[in-house]
Amino acid sequence: MVAQTPTLPRRGAVTGRRRGTRRQVGRLLLLIAILAVVLYPLFWMVGTSFKSQEEIVNNIGLLPREFTPGNFSDGWGNFDVSFGRFFVNSTVVSLLTVVGNAVSCLLAAYAFARLRFRLRGFWFAIMIGTLLLPGHVLIVPQYILFQKTQMVGAAWPYLPLVVPQFLATEAFFVFLMVQFMRGIPRELDEAAKIDGASSYGIFRHVILPLSRPALVTTAIFSFIWTWNDFFRQLVYLSDLEDYTVPVALTLFIDSTSQSAVGPMFAMSLLSLLPVFLFFIAFQRMLVEGINTSGLKG
Amino acid sequence: MALTTAPNPTPPARSSARTPAKARGSGRMRHGEGLAGYVFLSPWLIGLMAITAIPMLLSLYLSFTNYDILTDLSDVEWVGLANYERMFTADPSYWHSVQVTLSFALIAVPLKLAAALGVALLLNRAWRGVGLFRGLFYLPSLLGGSVALAIVWVSMFNRDGAFNSLLSLFGIEGKPWVNDPGWALETLMVLAIWQFGAPMVIFLAGLKQVPTELYEAASVDGAGRIRQFVSVTLPMLSPVIFFNLVLETINGFQGFTAAFVLSNGTGGPVDATLMYTLNLYITGFTELDMGYASAMAWVFLIAIALITALFFSTGRFWVHYSDGDGN
Repeated sequence: MVAQTPTLPRRGAVTGRRRGTRRQVGRLLLLIAILAVVLYPLFWMVGTSFKSQEEIVNNIGLLPREFTPGNFSDGWGNFDVSFGRFFVNSTVVSLLTVVGNAVSCLLAAYAFARLRFRLRGFWFAIMIGTLLLPGHVLIVPQYILFQKTQMVGAAWPYLPLVVPQFLATEAFFVFLMVQFMRGIPRELDEAAKIDGASSYGIFRHVILPLSRPALVTTAIFSFIWTWNDFFRQLVYLSDLEDYTVPVALTLFIDSTSQSAVGPMFAMSLLSLLPVFLFFIAFQRMLVEGINTSGLKG
Repeated sequence: MALTTAPNPTPPARSSARTPAKARGSGRMRHGEGLAGYVFLSPWLIGLMAITAIPMLLSLYLSFTNYDILTDLSDVEWVGLANYERMFTADPSYWHSVQVTLSFALIAVPLKLAAALGVALLLNRAWRGVGLFRGLFYLPSLLGGSVALAIVWVSMFNRDGAFNSLLSLFGIEGKPWVNDPGWALETLMVLAIWQFGAPMVIFLAGLKQVPTELYEAASVDGAGRIRQFVSVTLPMLSPVIFFNLVLETINGFQGFTAAFVLSNGTGGPVDATLMYTLNLYITGFTELDMGYASAMAWVFLIAIALITALFFSTGRFWVHYSDGDGN
């Protein structure tokens, strides 16, 4: 709240407006205060990443007295395999997930949104049902099946992480795309049909180009969620050199030696950087893209 | 939408050539569309079978066995209801994990939604810069589920962490909260609440739908701001509150990453952070007791289904849908 008060009230209208602006200023200050609390952990993470071990313990300030970029090189090479490898692994898994989700969910969504076939309502209800199915419930039998089919611990160990994404198992994205396609005017389909286009032609020349916004939303969230995902990567990856960034980060907790705090923070910060860059580039879209689908991220 | 150029794929000459065949072809067309439907759906169908349905049945079967990953699937021993009996009668740590999970969801979810609604109300009016605020409040929801942030969080509530530094400014001596069985779960609740941006965005979308006439009418009737909030905002927002409540509760039950990081995968200190899914992971993948873990998974699934059904049946009494769009 603003401290200085004693300007004399003059007319009713003026005081009313003044009370209005004062309320707005109060609201703004309140928002800034809440935002400061909310963002504090992030600032603290950045600050700590640049502090020396001694400062981490003794300096309670946000900023380091002496910048220590060494945390980054120490963290990068802290394990037998460099963090560069972990970043490459995470990128491969995330990008393949993006492609898989975009392609397979788009195909399924087109069928649900536009094509008439037997049992469509039934399958659609099942798809909605799987939306609420917790992923943790199926992890044990999925692991067994992937293990029995030699996909766990194979030369290329990411099949169990990537294969489901090419089979439209993320019902959330199917639903998001169905909702989006329902907004595309059917007249366009009809026009293409009159021009002799097949179901595939309509998909290729009408639905696909017009679905770009939904595809972009799907791609971004696929990437961020996979980049942050831990549970499945923890279950399926067992060799150090196959680790993705989240699994590698937990190694810092294992090595409980206090000296690793700075490097641990530095690597944590680096690992959040891609997500943060996405946030900066697509801020509006991230906030509003999920809005328009009426569902949350 | 501005990017989308109107698709104009087929030259008109072709279509005129096809015209005579049209009438004859329409029946065949429908048949073809039915086939095309299944062609386009096939990846999803294969996924539904191989990644969801078959694993579900396998897991149901395994829940009646003592399977561990080391024995062959053909040598599995049928143990009847023994896993379920053990769960309900002879496994105190199982019940402890149920308790931990329930208290986590019961406390963190309402507080998270309250924070989301509160900030959404502050951000509802349009003014310059409001978009930036919305974005920044949303940021924790993008970062908060990661291992990296869980690591930061645990350090923040550790002995030398930022939280104790803050307390020391007020002369209060803190403690390593994450190592205290009485406080470890609470630090995870705070982490969950911190990510209130996602439900906030949905609340904002809901607030936009509330007709301003209702506020004007209420104001003419002499309703103050609080009365307006209770009598206009809350009922109009109830479908969105319901939506957020169902989603956040289901998410809350599945909290895994932060509990894993805090306890280094053990559920400690003294099982204080033994969330249901963490317990399931330890049982299935550390102790390799996959039969028992499958039974736990099925009870979890049924519990979530029941809770969702409970929400929907009580929803009739407090969720207000504005005139008759029926769903």
